[in-house]
Amino acid sequence: MQITPYDPNREPPGLADPVFQVSDLSVFYGDYEAVRDVTMSIGHRQITAMIGPSGCGKSTVLRCFNRMNDLIPGARVNGKIAYHGEDLYGDHVDPIEVRHRIGMVFQKPNPFPKSIYDNIAYGPRVNGVRRGLDDIVEEALHQAALWDEVKDKLKDSALALSGGQQQRLCIARTIAVKPEVILMDEPCSALDPIATAKIEDLMHNLAQQYTIVIVTHNMQQAARVSDRTAFLTADVDKAGVRHGRLVEYDLTSQIFTTPQDERTEAYITGRFG
Amino acid sequence: MTSASAPSPAGTRESLRRRRPRYGEAVIKGVLLVAALVSVATTVGIVASLLPPTLRFFERVGVWEFVTGTTWSALFNPPSYGVLPLVGATLLITLIAIVVAVPLGLAAAIYLSEYAHPRTRKVFKPVLEVLAGIPTVVYGFFALAALTPLLQDHWPFGEGPEVFNALSAGLVMGVMIIPTVASMSEDAMTAVPSSLRQGAYALGSTRRLVAIRVVVPAALSGIVAAIVLAISRAVGETMIVAIASGNKPSLTWDPLQGMQTMTGYIAQAGEGDLPTSSFDYTTIFAVGLLLFLLTFVMNAFSIRLVRKYREVYE
Repeated sequence: MQITPYDPNREPPGLADPVFQVSDLSVFYGDYEAVRDVTMSIGHRQITAMIGPSGCGKSTVLRCFNRMNDLIPGARVNGKIAYHGEDLYGDHVDPIEVRHRIGMVFQKPNPFPKSIYDNIAYGPRVNGVRRGLDDIVEEALHQAALWDEVKDKLKDSALALSGGQQQRLCIARTIAVKPEVILMDEPCSALDPIATAKIEDLMHNLAQQYTIVIVTHNMQQAARVSDRTAFLTADVDKAGVRHGRLVEYDLTSQIFTTPQDERTEAYITGRFG
Repeated sequence: MTSASAPSPAGTRESLRRRRPRYGEAVIKGVLLVAALVSVATTVGIVASLLPPTLRFFERVGVWEFVTGTTWSALFNPPSYGVLPLVGATLLITLIAIVVAVPLGLAAAIYLSEYAHPRTRKVFKPVLEVLAGIPTVVYGFFALAALTPLLQDHWPFGEGPEVFNALSAGLVMGVMIIPTVASMSEDAMTAVPSSLRQGAYALGSTRRLVAIRVVVPAALSGIVAAIVLAISRAVGETMIVAIASGNKPSLTWDPLQGMQTMTGYIAQAGEGDLPTSSFDYTTIFAVGLLLFLLTFVMNAFSIRLVRKYREVYE
């Protein structure tokens, strides 16, 4: 049997209409190059997982997709991220507009200290929506599978919810803005297994309408939920400085059954990381 | 096997016993308790010392007459003990100060917490706090010698302010309490977890919306505390009003006129040559107790207000 040598720049199959095309992306914090030369494409209405050991730069890459890194003083990117062919870091691009289209859910649930209703309505309101907020809130809570649990206490503080409910609230809050893409930065790492299972179910449903990119340190989670998986790791250069790198990116089924790179294999079989 | 390496159950109990008494803990606890008691005792002591002369005052003057009377001429003949002119002046000058200090102070706080580069903040905040250290007598003199002439020269409509007037005193007092409002509000806003800001930015908020819709509401209890402290300082401020707004008690809402505040009266009467046994002397304590009650009620009220409206983020 002929085995083709692994080419890290090989486009994974079936990405005719990518939402993001990342090419030679490097991310700097000041002079420190946190991530080096990442090239990958994100498929439309697919779930793409990014896995790798701590400090490999997976969250850093994720935060480039909606320009959250802009908020960190000294952060800058080299290379290119195209969103439907448009340079995300072009001069004309308004990061506020980017974040309307590309929402984000964080590691630790971060509901605002407001009512459940006001949390969901926040995004539409800052976008100037005044009418039909009730419907938007209900729809978002339905989609986040939270409606039945909170429909009678919409005016209660969001902080009274459990951690798992808060995280679904944060997902609902993101959905209410009607984004195309939802970025999730280790969304289950602060949750118990039952809450995690609910979020994973939810992701499967959401993937019918949204493109999802999820960073996770949990390999089983990546295997369960994602269509494609990117494996990143940190290389140490001659000067002893760590840089995140994309090692392998392929269909999840490929990554977890027949990884091409021995580092990927070592990681998914638990031999390192 | 020796008993040291394998202690019996009884031996284990022995080894877990406290080896020496910890006198230090008891001493520290005592010292801390005394420190806490001193502040409470001071407050109680002040009230206690205000009470007897105040009661002597109210043997001669009715409470109703005191709180509703519209003329205050305690040290002249015929005497009149209506405290409203003093209260009115205090409220008016405080109001002017707050109108100046709250918008400017909050704006400065929002700028420092949400907009300024960390390096800018490092320079600005200490400078702002230095403002709070300027002696109030300097502010008072500035109001009298610089601001009032300026207002008189450039007054756009009708007759300008008098030499002693509430406006100058209030404006300068406002400047004086800006640092209090700004610095404490900034502390409260900086304490808002950055995860809330990130969440707001991720929903497509502008900086302005993050500040106004998320950070300020979450920091509200701290901001209100800052404003209340600023009001307390304004109500209790003496030097500025004594110098810049004169000592003529008058019941008016016209800030261009001179007027005397409660603190202004206390300073004027207290530095005079009133014998401590005289009845006139007791007027100081009556006004002082009223001042104390005013600030006390205001603080209590604002604490309740904050409890009701704050957004707790933990």
